[in-house]
Amino acid sequence: MKTIQEINEKIRTGKAVVVTAEEIIDIVAEKGLKKAAREVDVVTTGTFGPMCSSGAYFNIGHSKPRIKIGGGTCTLNDIPCYTGYAAVDILLGATAMADHDPRNSVYPGEFRYGGAHVIEELVAGKSVRLQAEAYGTDCYPRKSLDTLIELKDMNEAVLFNPRNCYQNYNVAVNLSDKIIYTYMGTLRPRIGNANYCSAGQLSPLMNDPLYKTIGIGTRIFLGGGVGYIAWQGTQHNPGVARLENGVPRFPAGTLAVIGDLKQMNSQWLKGASFTGYGVTLTVGIGIPIPLLNEEIAACTAVRDDQIVAQIVDYSEGYPQIIPGSLGEVTYAELKTGSITVQGKKVPTGGISSYKCAREIAAELKAWIQGGKFLLSDSVAPLPSADSGVKCKLLNERPFKKKK
Amino acid sequence: MTNKRIVLTFPSRLVGQPITTHLVKEYDLMLNILRANVTPNEEGRMVLELSGPKKSVEEGIDYLKNLGISVEPLSRDIKWQSEKCTHCTACIPACPSGAMSVDRETWEVSFDRDRCIACELCIGVCPFNALEIQF
Repeated sequence: MKTIQEINEKIRTGKAVVVTAEEIIDIVAEKGLKKAAREVDVVTTGTFGPMCSSGAYFNIGHSKPRIKIGGGTCTLNDIPCYTGYAAVDILLGATAMADHDPRNSVYPGEFRYGGAHVIEELVAGKSVRLQAEAYGTDCYPRKSLDTLIELKDMNEAVLFNPRNCYQNYNVAVNLSDKIIYTYMGTLRPRIGNANYCSAGQLSPLMNDPLYKTIGIGTRIFLGGGVGYIAWQGTQHNPGVARLENGVPRFPAGTLAVIGDLKQMNSQWLKGASFTGYGVTLTVGIGIPIPLLNEEIAACTAVRDDQIVAQIVDYSEGYPQIIPGSLGEVTYAELKTGSITVQGKKVPTGGISSYKCAREIAAELKAWIQGGKFLLSDSVAPLPSADSGVKCKLLNERPFKKKK
Repeated sequence: MTNKRIVLTFPSRLVGQPITTHLVKEYDLMLNILRANVTPNEEGRMVLELSGPKKSVEEGIDYLKNLGISVEPLSRDIKWQSEKCTHCTACIPACPSGAMSVDRETWEVSFDRDRCIACELCIGVCPFNALEIQF
């Protein structure tokens, strides 16, 4: 048994033993759980995949004379921002698009540029064009603004993603006779390909499936900088069926994360365009797991062949919410490059980059080894499997106009 | 025997002419049309694989050039911009020729120009626009 304080003391003195979620697999296999849990202090995880529920808020600084963008309109490189806050606080969502973007009117749309790309450019140090219109008040008389702005000009620039880091995900296929374009990529007809999206054995929440160490307040690697877990993510659904090792067989837990955009690196925060679907932000996240005891060590030793995902039809099953899975496969099978679905051999493709997940886990490991990243105790736990927290469907009550 | 993959761009005045037939009959070449976009009164484009003795292939290409057709090697057709690639592997199942591949140890994606048939199936599949058509 160790405490986070003891581990932090070791990190400060450069004595902590830190390994990645891949490396711990062999260590546990060679040395056994007891020895591994005693000798290793921290396991680092990583993931790099598209995470639509992402965005950033900015305080752009007051213009002279003052303008109240709140309640007005504002765009960054033509991408509309949310202006329902105070005078110069604006929010930009990853999936936002310019009003003039054709979207899917020329099907399938290309979605070459959106909020996520603006975030990437800002993080890369580029200037973007800010345009704002306001109604003007006695204290904020200015009515329009058209200026270049970059991250270092802003007072605050904060990445705040309501739902990232999905614990497991579907394997997407297309049972129909025509090609479909989804957030899981392009799916060819008659099960032409099967796309998956998880770092599997490296993925943060796969290595702490019941959220024993990962909680609200946990310090993390976020987009190349330091961030924190702010809350459970939206659609957090911890109550799904799980394997004996605690790993959920379906998409389950999610995380809301926050961090200073100014510290981040555009290598780990990239705009992505999904043909026919839209724009999204690919986010790099790494979470350290303190090996406080053998139970936690056992969870981090999970392998791709011990993690399963459901094969889901995205032509009808997913859009129409028809429950059912076409089968269950392990990530080890997915990573061979093909799986068998309904008797057919189908090539697999990833949406999340395993290579980048590996690099993130390695970078976080180096930060901790170098003494520049200390672990934090969580302030409160995330709702776990027994919490009763559930992701519900919309209870639709059609609005009828009074005659 | 030589194999050569070429991209032909021909002016509208040549669109109506049976150029490929001529290549087969006069130069004894085997043709594999990998892709073609030929519409009347417009510029035509065709991706061809020519096979035959080296001399015949060269003469065939000279014949095309003399007609006023621009002949470019196919390798210039699809460009993989490695700096934009995140190695997610979304392109792997989309590529029918194995030109896009991933090393399943390092999980690094790579592009083999020689295997590319310029079918363009990868273009819309890459979320990072790392694959470009170079016309």
